[in-house]
Amino acid sequence: MAADDILFEFLHMEMVSHIYTEQATREDLEKERVTCVSVLEGMGFRVGQGLIERFTKDCPTFKDDLDVMKFLCKDFWNGIFRKQIDNLRTNHQGTYVLQDNKFALLTQVSCRKQQLEESSKYLAYTCGLIRGALSNLGLESVVTAEVSLMPSCKFQVVIQKP
Amino acid sequence: MSRQSNRTTDNKKMNSELFTLTYGALVTQLCKDYENDEEVNKQLDKMGYNIGVRLIEDFLARSSVGRCHDFRETADVIAKVAFKMYLGITPSVTNWSPAGDEFSLILESNPLVDFVELPDNHNTLIYSNLLCGVLRGALEMVQMAVDVRFVQDTLRGDNVTEIRMKFIKRIEENLPAGDE
Repeated sequence: MAADDILFEFLHMEMVSHIYTEQATREDLEKERVTCVSVLEGMGFRVGQGLIERFTKDCPTFKDDLDVMKFLCKDFWNGIFRKQIDNLRTNHQGTYVLQDNKFALLTQVSCRKQQLEESSKYLAYTCGLIRGALSNLGLESVVTAEVSLMPSCKFQVVIQKP
Repeated sequence: MSRQSNRTTDNKKMNSELFTLTYGALVTQLCKDYENDEEVNKQLDKMGYNIGVRLIEDFLARSSVGRCHDFRETADVIAKVAFKMYLGITPSVTNWSPAGDEFSLILESNPLVDFVELPDNHNTLIYSNLLCGVLRGALEMVQMAVDVRFVQDTLRGDNVTEIRMKFIKRIEENLPAGDE
């Protein structure tokens, strides 16, 4: 793992922990969980937009949605996490499942049961990155993530038809 | 048409852009969360500190530098090894105080501010204050208490970015009584 990846991982952890402590002092618990995820997701969204814009500026146009998704799984993922998505599945009706068997932002998190439930907070930012990237490529989507076994995780992308 | 271009060179850049943009998003969020710039500066420093205390371990493992004999050596390691490793820049070490306990790091470029412009209503925001926290936290873990602050910043119209570091004291390790 390269040195600057570590820096990003630590920054990401601090960011997550800040958002959670900050919100906890303001709102009641149930609401809090929802807002934290959406704040992180929103930050990711904006950054995803910026990244994809710079990253695709010399690219030829994509021929269809699947082409966009493949680009995201290979080039985009490789660019930000230095590995590709391990498995991409689709029902050919706008739903895509991206599986990363060793997701960078989870490798530093321990894998106790309780952690598994809390892992959504380490995925929200990345969900935003994906949604932001897709959005700037002209695809509106809903992105969710789940962890079944640390440190692998699945991102589900549902493209919203206009 | 298949998309094959010079990706390998891009990756490096992309990764650092992810860091830069993420940092930007974080500072923006902090500005929303806190009422004034001082609070934001404080929070950035605190987050940096938390990163620093963990980063030092990674640094020592990666760099395999040995113990520094004086503060001058520490300064060199910070500028030439640590900054180079994590941010890809090599600041110059200058403006030593006569006593040799204080120096400046001059950053010709600062990757954290690559896409940044400060809005007018944030003129006391120290945008890159995270760096101060990181340095303070990391050095504390190697028994050095230091004072770190920004004295010049290109974001606020200065020609260079200058971080001033002052050695305060060596932290003695307090072993619990009876623990040899």
